[in-house]
Amino acid sequence: MIINGVAIDDTFAEAFGMRGIRLIITAYNETWALHSANALTGFATSVIACGAEAGIERMMSPDETPDGRPGVSVLVFAVSSKELIKQIERRVGQCVLTSPTSAIFAGLDEGDPVPMGKTLRYFGDGFQTSKQIAGKRYWRIPVMDGEFLVQDTARMVKAVGGGNFLVLADTQVQALEACEAAIVDMRKLREIVMPFPGGVVRSGSKVGSKYKALSASTNDAFCPTLRGATKSELDERIGAVLEIVIDGLTDASVKKAMEVGMRAVCRIGAAGGIRRLSAGNYGGKLGQFQYHLREILK
Amino acid sequence: MSALTFTLRSAPAQRVDAGMLTPTALAGQAVSDIAAIMLKLGKRALRADELFDIAGDDTTDIVFRGDCSKLERIGAGMKSGRVTVDGDAGPYVGQGLLGGTITVAGSAGAFCATGMKGGRIDIVGNVGESAGGAIPGEMKGMAGGLLLVGGNAGDRLGDRMRRGQILVGGNAGDYCGTRMIAGTIAVAGTLGAYPAYGMKRGTLILNALPAQMLPTIVDCGAHRLGFLSLLYASWKGLPGPFGALDASACTVRRYMGDMAVGGRGELLVRG
Repeated sequence: MIINGVAIDDTFAEAFGMRGIRLIITAYNETWALHSANALTGFATSVIACGAEAGIERMMSPDETPDGRPGVSVLVFAVSSKELIKQIERRVGQCVLTSPTSAIFAGLDEGDPVPMGKTLRYFGDGFQTSKQIAGKRYWRIPVMDGEFLVQDTARMVKAVGGGNFLVLADTQVQALEACEAAIVDMRKLREIVMPFPGGVVRSGSKVGSKYKALSASTNDAFCPTLRGATKSELDERIGAVLEIVIDGLTDASVKKAMEVGMRAVCRIGAAGGIRRLSAGNYGGKLGQFQYHLREILK
Repeated sequence: MSALTFTLRSAPAQRVDAGMLTPTALAGQAVSDIAAIMLKLGKRALRADELFDIAGDDTTDIVFRGDCSKLERIGAGMKSGRVTVDGDAGPYVGQGLLGGTITVAGSAGAFCATGMKGGRIDIVGNVGESAGGAIPGEMKGMAGGLLLVGGNAGDRLGDRMRRGQILVGGNAGDYCGTRMIAGTIAVAGTLGAYPAYGMKRGTLILNALPAQMLPTIVDCGAHRLGFLSLLYASWKGLPGPFGALDASACTVRRYMGDMAVGGRGELLVRG
């Protein structure tokens, strides 16, 4: 399969079942809502060492948010319910409670409970107050700029983490620009985030390592500088490979994001130095979800 | 199916417990069985059809007509459905209400909504004393749901109230929110003396400072409280002044108390 001179590998992305949650952070203005959201979703590129994968889903206008202020919708994913609950408590406590003028609300109405205000309220040292409004409980925690308003409980759902595709290009810059174009289009979609810096990752990994302590190591088959020295997946034209990883609240949203991203890359095509699209997988042995590139781009 | 309508043949001389004439209590009963229900009137017991003209057959939609100011416990303990009183109602309207709606076109007596846990009560006119309050011997008053009063409320509004919301379009009497445990009371008009006496937690939302305040209610200054925008938004469309509040106008003067009992309750006076 070739689209606009870009060869589509007959392979699939392998993704995993995760737990995902949507939270809505609001503040006095968009800038401060973003400060808080950036902090909450910071250092959350990969569950391997961050505990969570997270990103900003979209900006929200005042008429869309629960308290009528500018807001940011964020998505956070973790490998288990227990880990997600731990991550949310820490991240909301350290990144939203602390952020001037902020408030935080659940972005999903259905799913399993994740305590927010329920545990953070104790920061109020007895001065915290709860209010039940329209069937939902909120906590008001006195802080130095007024009150921190936090919903008692958010909801998490079964989600998908690790949808991906690889962009193989003549040069590093061409690969990067194609990924940037893909990210611009993908960020228009709902229910997904691309957790890596700028949405793009260069350090694709394989399972295992020559070092016993490491469970994963560099994906040498896709490293252009090792082309001659290892069992390479790259031909002599490929100068750089970049990957876009997608976490989504549903199987369909991840699939859609992959399609939108890959089509953006294909639009640039061979004329822009894009040679191939591929994907990362573990032979189908580890992940619950498989996204076959050719099927998606059919 | 048409609304099951109880029209008083004449105004009873003594109190009548109407608590067994609710959608929940009458569910599945034939009109002939309902007519045979014995109601207490003083020391006498009367069949329902001796007291009322009964028409209609929809037990989920019950209407009381005539001078019902001697009927007690209208809609008490009901779980769903609708009860409408065409004129005034007696005391204990909606006692222990769990769900559904009660509408009183006139005024209601004392202890309206006491022990209410859910649902909604609309009183177009006034309510007597201790609306949403605890009856003697009870530890808690209203514990959930919404009580809307179009007119004025009597003394001790929300006494020992535990949860839920009371919105009063007119004025409220003395000792509003006394011994309140939690919940929200909003009064659009004026307040009598000494609100929040013995208040532990909960919120009173007022448009003006009461004339007489306890010295144990302390001023905490003017602040923007974000939860008010959610609260006002949840009231949008309700009849009366609270249904049209600007959700972004969240700055209030906050008073805390009652400090005499270590209370963390609050009076929020809108600016």
